[in-house]
Amino acid sequence: MKARIKITLKAGVLDPQGKAIEHALGALGFSGIKDVRQGKYIEVTLAETDEAKAQAQVEKMCEELLANMVIENYSFTLEKD
Amino acid sequence: MLRASVIVFPGSNCDRDVKVALEKSTGFPVNMVWHGDTEVPASDVIVLPGGFSYGDYLRCGAMAAHSPIMRDVVAKAKSGVAVLGICNGFQVLCETGLLPGVLMRNASLKFMCRDVTLRVENADTTFTKCYRKDQVVRIPVAHGDGNYFADSNTLDELEGEDRVVFRYAHSDGTVDKAANPNGSQRNIAGITDASNRIVGLMPHPERLYELPLGGTDGRRMFESALVSMAEAMG
Repeated sequence: MKARIKITLKAGVLDPQGKAIEHALGALGFSGIKDVRQGKYIEVTLAETDEAKAQAQVEKMCEELLANMVIENYSFTLEKD
Repeated sequence: MLRASVIVFPGSNCDRDVKVALEKSTGFPVNMVWHGDTEVPASDVIVLPGGFSYGDYLRCGAMAAHSPIMRDVVAKAKSGVAVLGICNGFQVLCETGLLPGVLMRNASLKFMCRDVTLRVENADTTFTKCYRKDQVVRIPVAHGDGNYFADSNTLDELEGEDRVVFRYAHSDGTVDKAANPNGSQRNIAGITDASNRIVGLMPHPERLYELPLGGTDGRRMFESALVSMAEAMG
């Protein structure tokens, strides 16, 4: 199974990199941009074939390592190979 | 005999400096302990040095926090061994949960490498005993991710329990936005755990521990450890 994991900053956490991207887009002439937030995207391929077990496994991965729950949220989808 | 250990991660680059600073300031014999080891030799003080452990992959300090040696560092810290985390070491302490909060990318997005002045907020920790409260000291920073963040409840708790150890300040001790090099909340440069034995800070005391380096303000952190250990032994 493949897990497609998105890690984003929690609302209220400042994102200076997102701000820099926002300014750069403005400088390139893209107008009307209200906000840019930057995050991470991680793909994990699992040997596990049971969806519920894979779900639990990926949640544990996110909580223990992939996301820092002080500042980040995670979400993911699972796909059969 | 008092003993110290410095943990060496792949990508640590201040490990030798802090070993020399510790040895010269305190006379502690210092073990260098590789991240892949599973046990820290008997130590009174453990130092997590500055650098870029595991290339700062994923988040700074995140991989190091899960390296084999850290399980024993956490166990020893919880059993009463004093732990000092400098720069990347502070990031690792936050990632292990021994200290609250997290170090984020500097608000300016620039790597900051210069001397800063700090106001000592808590002079009762194992590593700050030889300073006076409100004393202003000069210690260099060198980091891209030193922007201390925690939610406001955690910050209030830290302040309420006197666990902010250093704040970025002007040389007269005033704390304001202009004195903040990285956007850290409430100008926090270093914090301690509730027992005052586990301290993390972004500035590098080992870089100004003797006069040939241009100053000695950092030396008292190491001397504090010596004094604290001597007091503990009676």
